[in-house]
Amino acid sequence: MNIIMQIRRIVLISVLALGAVSLLLILLGISPLTIGITLAKGSIFSWLKFNHVLSVWIPLLLCSCGLLFTFRAGLWNIGVEGQVICGAIGATLVLRLDNTGLPPAALLSLALFSSFLAGGLWGALAGLLKTKGGVNEIFGGLGLNFVAQGAVLWLILGPWKRAGMASMSGTDLFPRELWMWIPPGWRVAPAAMVLVIIIFLLTSLILNASQFGLKIKAAGFNPQASRLFGIRPGLVGFTAMSIGGGLAGLAGGVQVSCVYHRLIPSISSGYGYLALLVVMLAGYKVTPVPIICLLFACLAAGSIQLPITLQIDSSLSGVIQGALVLSGLLVYGLQQGKSRGH
Amino acid sequence: MIELADISKNFGKVQALHKVSLKVQSGSIHGIIGENGAGKSTLMKILTGFISKSGGDFFFHSESIDLHSPKDAREIGIGMLYQEPLDFPQLSVLDNFMAGGTDFSPVKQRTILSKLCNSFGFNLDPENKVEELTIGERQQLELMRLIRDGAKILILDEPTSGISVKQQELLFDALRSLKDDGAAILLVSHKLEEIKLLCDEVTVLRHGKIAGYQKRPFAHDKMLQAMFDTLPASQPPAVKHIAGEPLLDFRKVSSKTGRSGLHSVSTTIRSGEVVGLAGVDGSGQSVLLRTAFGLLQPESGSISRFQELETCAFIPADRLAEGLIPGLTIREHHILSKKTGPIITSKSGLEKTRDAIKTYSIRGTPKTEVENLSGGNLQRLLLSLISADIQLILMENPTRGLDVQSAAWTWKHLHARLKAEGAIIFASPDLEEIMEQSTRILVFYNGSITLDTPTKATNYQQLSRAVTGERG
Repeated sequence: MNIIMQIRRIVLISVLALGAVSLLLILLGISPLTIGITLAKGSIFSWLKFNHVLSVWIPLLLCSCGLLFTFRAGLWNIGVEGQVICGAIGATLVLRLDNTGLPPAALLSLALFSSFLAGGLWGALAGLLKTKGGVNEIFGGLGLNFVAQGAVLWLILGPWKRAGMASMSGTDLFPRELWMWIPPGWRVAPAAMVLVIIIFLLTSLILNASQFGLKIKAAGFNPQASRLFGIRPGLVGFTAMSIGGGLAGLAGGVQVSCVYHRLIPSISSGYGYLALLVVMLAGYKVTPVPIICLLFACLAAGSIQLPITLQIDSSLSGVIQGALVLSGLLVYGLQQGKSRGH
Repeated sequence: MIELADISKNFGKVQALHKVSLKVQSGSIHGIIGENGAGKSTLMKILTGFISKSGGDFFFHSESIDLHSPKDAREIGIGMLYQEPLDFPQLSVLDNFMAGGTDFSPVKQRTILSKLCNSFGFNLDPENKVEELTIGERQQLELMRLIRDGAKILILDEPTSGISVKQQELLFDALRSLKDDGAAILLVSHKLEEIKLLCDEVTVLRHGKIAGYQKRPFAHDKMLQAMFDTLPASQPPAVKHIAGEPLLDFRKVSSKTGRSGLHSVSTTIRSGEVVGLAGVDGSGQSVLLRTAFGLLQPESGSISRFQELETCAFIPADRLAEGLIPGLTIREHHILSKKTGPIITSKSGLEKTRDAIKTYSIRGTPKTEVENLSGGNLQRLLLSLISADIQLILMENPTRGLDVQSAAWTWKHLHARLKAEGAIIFASPDLEEIMEQSTRILVFYNGSITLDTPTKATNYQQLSRAVTGERG
């Protein structure tokens, strides 16, 4: 794949998606240009708004990195939402501990580690269901999403309910010293930014330049033949699911410790599903993922402005994201068909 | 009823059929026999309208007809019973019976089904799911469906492989009664015994040409001669090493995998041996190789390895689908097999890959994705991936799809790298290859070893008899 073809692909996808969305808007009597300006104003035209974009970008990129592992192994990890929730529960569990005697920084690190572990276990469970129980990972993941959603509600309304009265708005806020440090004027924790960049670089290194990454790819492309190379495709798939779940769990941990400072029912914010779209649009490749995450984060953050300024529902951002992914899949499909000579 | 006159078929430069003529009368069973690659499948595909002939004429009731599609073939009453049943395993027997028909009344079709069952002595429950049936029962169902659709010309492809003796008797009785009712039946088989039992006349194909034709009573030896040709007595390879220590020991190994599975197979492979597994495709050779490598677990019996599994390599027949990983490059395959360090740099494995490309004359670069390589190059790549310390090489059809030069190269290479403490086990449907390359031969028939002999102690006649199911 040469660079010219890549650029052509990006241009094609953008033109197709923007064209489709613009057409839809024009039919509805809304100027696409106004929408564009509003979205931009709501996302990148001010430092505060851009901070909001980043706060979406971090968990989205974490989930996407996890998905890169599972897609590379040929698995459809649809259970990212559940894994994010489990990660959030894992982090909350640590941050609610009393009298640990540990300094806040240690406790926060422990919370993130715990979120990685909890998400990883949830992913591993889907992997186990697949390799040992023969349950397709799509159904396993979907089922586990519902279980996790049920668990978080039960915790919020039951054992971890607010002092006085249980509320759907979540658990009690953690003590101030257990909030991840955010500089004045910022809305994202620098620590989370550093973490996500390191995770992305590691993902890139493992998947593109390591023996283990090559094994994941081999097992994903041809499980049968990979066994002749001494690879155990079941084990590789299970490991990929665990890593994918762990990274999604970390996203949940970041949501709890850096954004909400408590556990809320909608802690996953749909990032699990959105990340699926990101990775598909990236053509399952590592490099474009952070940029697409940023674009999607801009759309998500910018769309908050739509109801305020234009009285249009913010779900329009979802329409644009969907149009992008569909165009992406279409262009990939067409180009692949062409290269196979159909 | 039908007549083929000088039918030819070319695939590019390859001539699969050359002026094949034969007649099938109504009320008779005509056998077609020949080795793998003799042109039997091509002939059947032409008769069923899947591919068109390149030359010659097809007559139906003395009228020249062109079959352009399977539909054309069906309309004049040609029905084919495939080796692998073409049915819907998740559906019931009755649903399968109704599929493809024109009348979908369950009550009526159930009556027709049970009448047909009674007349042939088949015992099928209309409510049973097809996936619960044996291959033989699925075949019975398929046969009744063809009859229901009014098939007057029946083509059967290796109908007895994978079915029980009882089912075989039922099938033969059914075919005889169909014949008595005036059907024209074309039976394609490897098995001389069943041809002798059932057919009125037989045509032998070899290399796409007619090599023989006989009417009942059949002259057995002439038939074998036509099938396998009388080759100049080929020299088995000079025994490079004397068979030494046992490497691999099979004790009463049984398996249900594959068409015929394995039935209590016992044998010992010793160092220095080149063991050829002969037999019709699917007689148990592949199951043995895969069990030996550890890809399949036996249902019963034991396999003792006298060496570690790491010193064993397996090259499957379908190189691209089972042996290599499409999407990965030649270099990536070498990295996977050579166990370089945990981090892959731009130099990892590059030199070794370049060496391999040169030594094994693979037409590609380290960056070539394997799906872009041709058959011979794929085989050479697979060979290049076997590291030098491998003792036991297991190969399925080592020269399948290779041209003469590539095949010769492959064998030269394999013999050259065989060490005194190593061994090669290979399966091939080609007796010539087995005779020329192996020092010991195991002949498989229906999942059992029917002959185990040093190559120099056997001959073509004995082997071809064993392949077609005769003991001794």
